[in-house]
Amino acid sequence: MQLARVKGTVVATIKSRGLEGVRFLIVQPLDKHQEPVGNEIVAADAVHMAGPGELVYFVSSREAAEAMPERFVPVDHAIVGIVDGVQVTS
Amino acid sequence: MKVGVVSGHVYSTINFPFFDSKKLMICDYLNADGTTSGYTIAVDRVGAGVGEVVLIMDEGNSARQMFGLTTGPIRAVVVGIVDEADFGTPSPSP
Repeated sequence: MQLARVKGTVVATIKSRGLEGVRFLIVQPLDKHQEPVGNEIVAADAVHMAGPGELVYFVSSREAAEAMPERFVPVDHAIVGIVDGVQVTS
Repeated sequence: MKVGVVSGHVYSTINFPFFDSKKLMICDYLNADGTTSGYTIAVDRVGAGVGEVVLIMDEGNSARQMFGLTTGPIRAVVVGIVDEADFGTPSPSP
């Protein structure tokens, strides 16, 4: 899992089966000091509550689909938690 | 599995139900020369603390088995605390 900052939302009407009702957010992956790393990605919102500006953590690859209500859906990044706080020593 | 160093933790109240009451540790991956590169957020199973060198298992099915699940968005788990690691170079101190 990695930290990310929610940047915005994506709306798609026509999408693959199993993705109905799934919220998609644009997130910027962050390093542990919350500095951006790499490009923005689209992640499904498995907690149904994340919104722009929030610090979240997300899972990638197959585990992302495991966070969805339906199994084996074409999702490769999913937000699984909204961060209240991060404590980093170094 | 990989060797990492715990450098902090993340806490949240709104999360996927699996993560309720789970300890999430920020773990830096350790290189053979003692430097770190990249990190992951892993679920703690062994009571690891910040600064400790740990063993990180990064595979979904094994992780789910450990928690007795068939489904769940979990992959990285801290499964051990390293006492000593010989990389063939001077060992990083825990």
